[in-house]
Amino acid sequence: MKHNPILRVTSKILFAPIMLYGFYVQFHGDFGPGGGFQAGVIIAAALILYGLIFGLYSLKQVAPPPVVHALMGVGVLIFGGVGVVGLVLGGEFLNYSVLLADAAKGQHWGILLVEFGVGTTVASTILGLFMAFAGFVKEAP
Amino acid sequence: MISFASEYALEHAPALIIVVPLLLAVVAALCPARMGYMLALVASAISALLACLQMQVMAGLPTDYRVSYHLGGWTPPWGIEFAVDSTAALVVLVIAVMGFIATISSKQLFLREVDGSNYNRVYGAWLLAFAGLLGLVMTADAFNLFVFFEISSLASVTLVAMGSGVDKRALVAAFNYLLIGAIGAIFYVIGAGFCYAMTGTLNMLDLGVRLPQVASQVPVYIGFGFMVTGVMVKAAVFPMHFWLAPSYGYAPMAVTVLLASVATKAALYVLIRIFMTIFGGIDVLPQLILQWALIPLALMAMLLGTILAIYERDVKVMLAQSSVAQIGYIVLGFGVGTLAGLQAGFIHIVNHAMIKGGMFIGLGGLVLAMAGQTRPSPTRIDRLAGLGWRMPITASAFLICGLSLIGVPLTAGFISKFYLVSAVISAGYWQIAALVLLSSALSVIYLWRLVEVMWFAPPEKNKGARLPESPLIYLPLWALALANLWFGIDAGLVVDLSYRAAAALMGAG
Repeated sequence: MKHNPILRVTSKILFAPIMLYGFYVQFHGDFGPGGGFQAGVIIAAALILYGLIFGLYSLKQVAPPPVVHALMGVGVLIFGGVGVVGLVLGGEFLNYSVLLADAAKGQHWGILLVEFGVGTTVASTILGLFMAFAGFVKEAP
Repeated sequence: MISFASEYALEHAPALIIVVPLLLAVVAALCPARMGYMLALVASAISALLACLQMQVMAGLPTDYRVSYHLGGWTPPWGIEFAVDSTAALVVLVIAVMGFIATISSKQLFLREVDGSNYNRVYGAWLLAFAGLLGLVMTADAFNLFVFFEISSLASVTLVAMGSGVDKRALVAAFNYLLIGAIGAIFYVIGAGFCYAMTGTLNMLDLGVRLPQVASQVPVYIGFGFMVTGVMVKAAVFPMHFWLAPSYGYAPMAVTVLLASVATKAALYVLIRIFMTIFGGIDVLPQLILQWALIPLALMAMLLGTILAIYERDVKVMLAQSSVAQIGYIVLGFGVGTLAGLQAGFIHIVNHAMIKGGMFIGLGGLVLAMAGQTRPSPTRIDRLAGLGWRMPITASAFLICGLSLIGVPLTAGFISKFYLVSAVISAGYWQIAALVLLSSALSVIYLWRLVEVMWFAPPEKNKGARLPESPLIYLPLWALALANLWFGIDAGLVVDLSYRAAAALMGAG
């Protein structure tokens, strides 16, 4: 589809706003509707759009599969790591109040980090699924 | 310092038992392949140790004592809680210790069946399944339970599919397991949804208090039906057992060890939890279902599982079919519904984990020694010919576990049957006791066939040289075989802990 100018130009115009919107949903999730799951899907959607238009090969240059696979785990570790820090600092697992001296600030940072972990895992998992399924068919060069 | 550390560990044990394997699963998946086994060993050892510590503390407390761990510091019923009472502590102990033993033996068992470059991901899935099963038992939140169902079953499906290196049919078995497991989980979550709609809470204790208040409403019973059916699929209770034999049969041997010894146990625990804790306060219907639906199904499972095992020529599938029958014994104990019946169910949960874990480790040891020579289908019964003489250390421990499966006196299996039969008789069902004895007697047939093939094969088959036996297989195997003998002679510990587990459930109900 990369030879069709309309698709190419439209996707280039849309790519950055979709990404930006994804990050907005990610980091605004603790004030309004949104959060890691939705943001992860939106960010992955931007990359999948890129992959659909410019081909799997170009997508793999932007998001190399080993990095994508590693990020799936890293997101979980961020989530779990925040929980473990809570444990070490004397609270229960995933208790954010103990993360900072001020309990409310601790809650704020805790949810932000946890949602970031969720977003990382969701985005990379969806991207990984797309690349795995798209990779079944050999691509014309 | 040490006392502080152990106190700290105990306080957070309910979380740590699950969090350690869960996070190390991810670490294992990210690490190089050769680290996988080490990490799995460390994680399952920590969980097993914490479960032992926890049990030790719980055993000294009254049976109605309940440890509640508030995740994130949010108090239940709003927050999610992990709860450990005498019942959960026992099942967690069984899962954690058997998981550890299965992990020890897994290295050698995986060796011939799974590509070595995948070990990091294999052990990642392994630990996820382990953590998910522990979470099933520990959580006191009905929706959280569903999440752990998904974690454990998706990870186990991946593990079953690893068997495709040996036999491609593993992929079909894994796919069926995935779909059937998903249907079970969805049924469960629909049921939980009905209960949530009626009460506005998902905490199990809170549900137990609030459901009786709306007990006149029909949706409560619809929810009950969905939840019970969903969990029965997961626990492979007859007639929802048909996924079990193929997925155990085609999974890599190590995975069969893990799943057979612990996976259905966790689901059985959830089943009795639903009856006793969530719907325990409702008077008539759950008790009627327990008696008039679960007991007949348990009897069918006992007889049908045994008969299918008798006609099966593949030893691995045969043992899986016998698991269906053994699940029947456990459900029968639960179905009787008295304190003694529940106790018998829990005794058999413990003993069957030791028996089947041991038998599958042993079978793996026997088969893998022959693996180079016997493709395809290395688990066909005639492949074991003469192995009793060629691999005496592994084969004799395998035999001890087998005798325990039949329920020969002086083995743990006898204690299970003894308590089950006496519970059934004291509840007034002497005909059922006769059926239990009949099914035990029938199980002699398929086990004797193994003995016959392994020790009394035609002499020319006995001539082969001694085959190498790996300590990573026969040490855990002998540990289980000796445990079978020990708890057959001095069953005090198991009987006592099971009594406490049953009493805690009855108290909550």
